[in-house]
Amino acid sequence: MSLDIDALLDDPETKIVVCCGSGGVGKTTTAAALALRAAERGRQTVVLTIDPARRLAQALGLRELGNHPRQVKIDGFDPKGELWAMMLDMRRTFDDMVRAHAGPERAEQLLANPFYQTISTSFSGTQEYMAMEKLGQLAASGDWDLIIVDTPPSRSALDFLDAPTRLSSALDGRMIRLLTGPAKAGGWGLRKVVSTGFSIFAKAVSTIIGGQLLADASAFMQAFDSMFGGFRERARKTAELLSSKGTAFLVVAAPEPDALREASYFVERLAGESMPLSGLIANRTHPVLADLSATAALSAAETVADSAPLATAVLRLHADRVAQASREKRLLARFTKAHPDVPIVEVPALPSDVHDMAGLRDIGDRLAKSS
Amino acid sequence: MTSPLAGWTDELARARLHFVTGKGGTGKTTLAASLGLALARGGRRVLLIEVEGRQGFAQLFDTEPLPYAEQRMASAPGGGELRALHIDVEAALLEYFEMFYNLGFAGRTLRRMGAIEFATTLAPGLRDVLLTGKIKECVGRTESDGRHTYDAVVVDAPPTGRVVKFLDVTKALTDLARTGPIRAQAEGVVRLLHSGETVVHLVTLLEEMPVRETVEAVAELDGADLRPGAVLVNRVRPPRLPARSVSAAADGRVDASRVRSGLASAGLELPDATLDGLVEETVEHAIRVAAEQRSRERLAEADLPTLEVPELTDGVDVAALYDIADALVEQGVR
Repeated sequence: MSLDIDALLDDPETKIVVCCGSGGVGKTTTAAALALRAAERGRQTVVLTIDPARRLAQALGLRELGNHPRQVKIDGFDPKGELWAMMLDMRRTFDDMVRAHAGPERAEQLLANPFYQTISTSFSGTQEYMAMEKLGQLAASGDWDLIIVDTPPSRSALDFLDAPTRLSSALDGRMIRLLTGPAKAGGWGLRKVVSTGFSIFAKAVSTIIGGQLLADASAFMQAFDSMFGGFRERARKTAELLSSKGTAFLVVAAPEPDALREASYFVERLAGESMPLSGLIANRTHPVLADLSATAALSAAETVADSAPLATAVLRLHADRVAQASREKRLLARFTKAHPDVPIVEVPALPSDVHDMAGLRDIGDRLAKSS
Repeated sequence: MTSPLAGWTDELARARLHFVTGKGGTGKTTLAASLGLALARGGRRVLLIEVEGRQGFAQLFDTEPLPYAEQRMASAPGGGELRALHIDVEAALLEYFEMFYNLGFAGRTLRRMGAIEFATTLAPGLRDVLLTGKIKECVGRTESDGRHTYDAVVVDAPPTGRVVKFLDVTKALTDLARTGPIRAQAEGVVRLLHSGETVVHLVTLLEEMPVRETVEAVAELDGADLRPGAVLVNRVRPPRLPARSVSAAADGRVDASRVRSGLASAGLELPDATLDGLVEETVEHAIRVAAEQRSRERLAEADLPTLEVPELTDGVDVAALYDIADALVEQGVR
């Protein structure tokens, strides 16, 4: 089944497109190309990118961007709709959220707490959580009729779905209360069984990670506790938004075993959670451009190896390409066998990196098969 | 090749602890496993360690997911042996507690409750200290005859963006208590990681982003007084065009009539569309080769020994790991 990108982008019911996939498969570029195409086809589009390569960001005029969308205005770029773009600043998104939920005084306390600094910059789920939070904000504003989201570069495509839960449970006050004062935690059946072990554990943890850190964490949790309900509620709302009808997931994968394996997991996971999957973008394929078998090319190359070096080189590189294309086809066929209902579009690789609007437009054409 | 240093230096041959890092997607797990096989030649015993919970080695060697134990994975020519260990942070922390406190059943319950994940979340440095502590134990372990259990230890390290933070245990320690058992152990780890026994290899592809990350990581390693080892360039494809034709072809200038006559002399009379397709493939190939050449020049700035691993068009299986190990040995790995 083939994936019709233009039908997806043109459908006014499509409100959010999430590009996901493992790291290094070209998600960010794909998201930018989709957004550009949608804008040129008349949608009021915003693209939320996470960590664009420097030159791609420049191409979108994203260099001096803060944590809010800016309209892309470049000479000669005059779309029927509008294109806005932003780059996620995870720390500022978190700060803004704390300010919005805690009173001004408590917010300052929270922001100054060293434990908050750790959580907001180095906890592994924070970036994913903040991407979701930002998506929720953009959707709530109603300023755009199409939001295209790039997901954080993680080793596993699934992190995007799991991170918010992970962060919520890390910030749940229960564990910290246990660690700082197990006796007060109360109302927990397991407590009796483990209480002895736990107090030893709490002592060990505080010896190892240091009393100060534990005290900071505890102060943080107390301040955080009151806004935590709101925090969790928002995570739930965003999750709801993601499973609603207006959302389309596109899984991006390179035609390589690891990326396709991740894509498979993701497809299964989306199905399991009834999330709306639109299809797979098999990115950077290398279709054969000349109708000539590898065997014929190689045997001809043998014959003229000494007399015609250019023709020999052309024949050999063609044979390489045939081998690469057939390997990619085999991998994609394996994916299709396992997931026959998932529409696929193959996007042939551009020979060099994309760093301008023309390049993005070219990818858009390739995505829509209209080149 | 523009790199001034080729192959494996004596300094690298002396190292016993090899970290392998690289941008995600460059194939660092594959090259770590192959480096392990190469080092195990000649009857040596090598341990592979993974620290990120990916079970990448189990996938590569097509085995069941590894438990928290050192498992035999493969043999190397000359009676060598390769083992692998998947370090589970929670298990490592519990093992550590068991040394000092007797947690028993309660320890397992705490684990189920996520208490240990929570503790490592509170102090991210704790995780790295535990992992590097376990690595040090493996490197330093000796048999009853006094010889090291492992001739070499190869670690599939976190990607370039995080590797220095991972290895810079001194810094992680400022998160942690100033005294106590972990501190004493960590000081030993710091000594090992900054010694001549330890090197950090960088896996890259001849592409813009991985090369930039490699060059940045080398500077960062130098800044943290850690030793960059070799640059391992993965998936190198053979250049087909004569070097002098590359830049013209990359600009779209391919002499189609010369290609046509060359093909004709080989007995191939092709329709125009096919010939056009061949020319287009040639231009794309040339653009890529030219970009790869620029990447090589940038890599040369890192001024490190550089080894190249050819692309495997049939994908990576166990046989391929031995092939890559052969390629590494040919370039001096010992």
